[in-house]
Amino acid sequence: MKQTNDRAQLVLSNQTSLNQTIRQSLIMAYRGLLKVRRTPEQLIDVTLQPILFTLMFGYLFGGAISGNVHNYLPLLIPGILVQSILTGAVTIGVQLREDMEKGVFDRYKSMPIARIAPLAGALLADTIRYALVTILTFATGYLMGYRPETGFAGILLVSVLVISFAWCVSWIFALAGVVGRSAAGVQGISMMILFPLTFLSNAYVPVETLPKVLKWFAQINPVSHLVTAIREIINHGVITHDFWLSVLGGLVILCVFAPLTVRAYRNKV
Amino acid sequence: MHHKLYNTINPSIAVEVHGLVKHFGDNRAVDGIDLQIPTGTVYGVLGPNGAGKTTALRILSTLMKPDKGSAKIFGHDILTEGQIVRQLIGLTGQYASVDEKLSANENLYIFSRLLGFSRSDSRKKTKELLEEFGLMEAATRPLAKFSGGMRRRLDLAASLISKPPLIFLDEPTTGLDPRTRIQMWNTIRSLVSDGSTVILTTQYLDEADQLADHIAVIDRGKVIAQGTPTQLKASVGAATLELKLIDKTEYEIAKTVIQSLLLVEGHFSSEGILTAPLSDPELITDVLLALRNRNIQLSEVSVKTPTLDEVFLAITGHETEKVAVESTFSLTTNNK
Repeated sequence: MKQTNDRAQLVLSNQTSLNQTIRQSLIMAYRGLLKVRRTPEQLIDVTLQPILFTLMFGYLFGGAISGNVHNYLPLLIPGILVQSILTGAVTIGVQLREDMEKGVFDRYKSMPIARIAPLAGALLADTIRYALVTILTFATGYLMGYRPETGFAGILLVSVLVISFAWCVSWIFALAGVVGRSAAGVQGISMMILFPLTFLSNAYVPVETLPKVLKWFAQINPVSHLVTAIREIINHGVITHDFWLSVLGGLVILCVFAPLTVRAYRNKV
Repeated sequence: MHHKLYNTINPSIAVEVHGLVKHFGDNRAVDGIDLQIPTGTVYGVLGPNGAGKTTALRILSTLMKPDKGSAKIFGHDILTEGQIVRQLIGLTGQYASVDEKLSANENLYIFSRLLGFSRSDSRKKTKELLEEFGLMEAATRPLAKFSGGMRRRLDLAASLISKPPLIFLDEPTTGLDPRTRIQMWNTIRSLVSDGSTVILTTQYLDEADQLADHIAVIDRGKVIAQGTPTQLKASVGAATLELKLIDKTEYEIAKTVIQSLLLVEGHFSSEGILTAPLSDPELITDVLLALRNRNIQLSEVSVKTPTLDEVFLAITGHETEKVAVESTFSLTTNNK
């Protein structure tokens, strides 16, 4: 039982510093990436959905909504992007639930690490899913003839915005995952939140065509603001108040749900 | 070395527990436990399924908050100084607490990194532990292909990365085959020779007997007996006499014989076997002769070392829950 190295943290402290917290979260993100490498099939939803939806919706609704497919794409691509990325965010809840049912979370809890690290790490690892969605959506759009006005710079800014937003929103689903009793239940609840949010918005159709109540909801829906912000940047090269509203919305969600999730995680037996 | 650091607070006491209580609804899983565990010993917590062993361990390892009571690990309060306590303990759970989707190598590397070791130190540490626990060949295989014993060993290895002075082992050999069980015992023994304090829960008296310096017997959330294994076994009797009769109607007579010769009361255990603690093996001859004289025919005779059930019988007067139900059942069928 002789080991050469002594423990790295020699000083006993009841606090975890911000530095340690970030470091530990990144290590947990690395764990998440290792898991993705072991089970690449878990990326199938974020791979197929953007391709399938872009093709399907484009050729299905293009003519009806914008006269032809080509004119519909500037409207559709941002919508698909947001829809697919938020669908990808839902998975975090289910994954966390499954993960927490395994014994390994007991070990994380009994280790002297920041409480938020296992959660933040899992969510950080998920950004690879969002990046994949973003790339595939734009690639499919490109093949269908979509050439954004603002080119690569616009796409980059939009990608950062939508991935950050999804990361903030994923804390909502993480909370569902932590408090939920079974993976199937979490999946159900998450879908109930996701579908109205994404479909009752301006993601696929112009809001003006909606009945009064739906129109009202679609206009206050944060997803609509995000979609509009993306369209404005990518098609017209302008940053409108919708951009700032989306940033604010994301931050508010993060500030509310991240502490709630960590609290629920800490108290979970 | 680093051991000095925590031992300055109170060198002789590793764990101190006062009036610990935890309910789950109406079920008082832990019902007022007091413990004092000396540093450098193996402390066995012995009890049947559902006695509250795991709950107590989860509280001490800060996974769960108690409803009442307090506990200190090397002088640090589990409630107010949780993060310090977590630096002093290693937990090996009843169900292996390792990452199923990763390899043994990756598991140990990630735990090492989380504990603050650098990349190269983590790799070194991982290699050392894999070698020590005989997992080198399986290091890169996914855990799904691991046997129960390999999983437990990996789990134990993961608890030892930071060389914690206190190690919790929750039923470390439950579900293991006899050979792996003895391997695990040897590993635990070498841990102690390294100076660690170990708290071990188990359902098996022989396991506690093999490994522990002190044993606390717990039942329904309460400590019902404490002492060294020798003291405990002495309270039960050195061995147990088991008799099975051909004619079931003669059990009551046999019981009277035992009472008069061994001066103890016999019990009907499961499967209609009459058992009685045996303080002196010499007395068997007397019992068997007396039965022969009364023309009671035996189908089976055996002398066994005491089991947890007998410890329970001796201490509480009732058997461990499940067995107790069965024995009343067999008693009533016998009477028919």
